[in-house]
Amino acid sequence: MTTDKRPLSPHLQIYRWQLTSVMSILHRASGVALSLGAILLVWWLVAAAEGADSYASVQTFLGSWFGRVLLFGWSVALFYHLCNGLRHLVWDTGRGLELRSVYASGWAVVAATAVLTVIAWIAGISQWSQWHG
Amino acid sequence: MAEFTLPANSKVGTGKTYPPPSNAQRLRRFHVYRWNPEGGNNPVMDTYSIDLADCGPMVLDALIKIKDQIDTTLTFRRSCREGICGSCAMNIDGTNTLACLQAIDDIKGDVKIYPLPHMPVIKDLVPDLTHVYAQYHSIQPWLQTESPPTPDRERLQSVEERARLDGLWECILCFCCTTSCPSYWWNGERYLGPAVLLQAYRWIADSRDEKTGERLDALEDPFRLYRCHTILNCTKTCPKNLNPAKAIAEIKKLMVLRR
Repeated sequence: MTTDKRPLSPHLQIYRWQLTSVMSILHRASGVALSLGAILLVWWLVAAAEGADSYASVQTFLGSWFGRVLLFGWSVALFYHLCNGLRHLVWDTGRGLELRSVYASGWAVVAATAVLTVIAWIAGISQWSQWHG
Repeated sequence: MAEFTLPANSKVGTGKTYPPPSNAQRLRRFHVYRWNPEGGNNPVMDTYSIDLADCGPMVLDALIKIKDQIDTTLTFRRSCREGICGSCAMNIDGTNTLACLQAIDDIKGDVKIYPLPHMPVIKDLVPDLTHVYAQYHSIQPWLQTESPPTPDRERLQSVEERARLDGLWECILCFCCTTSCPSYWWNGERYLGPAVLLQAYRWIADSRDEKTGERLDALEDPFRLYRCHTILNCTKTCPKNLNPAKAIAEIKKLMVLRR
């Protein structure tokens, strides 16, 4: 019997999703989202430099429901990646790696992401309505 | 590279369902991964029903009962049945653990049993451990010294120096952690994985070992050590409650400190 006929045992398909692995893959996904969001930011800044007409068209896009969904996703990714990145920095010092701390800091990052996103959007929307009466 | 599906010859089909015993009081179904190297068929999940009133408390007890009374062809490794040999490491209810330490009553619903994830399967629940053992060998897991041994006594350690090995020497090399690590799944050819890195740190941390620099040199590599992305599935799954992620973090710290 040749060994290369051996099947590979199931992995991703059967392994239970848990806070450890979910937060890790979300860290990477939010990093990718932030890179794409940076393009959006550059586009907005370039339009601002180009003049009032370009700026207005970008503002219209970002103000549409689709633009707002993108901005919301980008803000969630920003706060998640920021908070979880701090968690990784602490881990790199060798601290906070006991399972109990890992779960406590994990849920703290989830909560902080939610709170920071809500605060940012409340601030953003109230500023918007001041400008636009 | 990340793989999200199984190769064609590894896709798992539906197998046989064995009839439940008569007059059973506490029936529980066990879905068990089966693959026979003879015959050239794909793996399947067979379903067995066990009366828990007539079975020992652990998953290993159920497997032994299946092999003894229902299907003698079921193949799995086991030896000590008390969590010290590491033979019966497998994926039970979605996480890796030792079948002899996993109580059936701690699992809700049907019990699903697979071999350790992302490993070549020899038969049924028996994975091929050749590669992980070779990786273990590569870290030279023995005491290495340059100074000559004293003729009249052992190489001594203080109580504190000995205490630094606690949480490391208890590893039984069951490879539950290594095979729970997505990074090891995608880069296992070159990444050493949590079990072997914990063992590497066991010798780095040993006050009697005089090859610490060489040991760190051997790990200073984009893959062997640094494919650890602190996912922490390893620490979560260790049946001996050890902390491979912490050991890896300590190695990474030493890499920075010696610059």
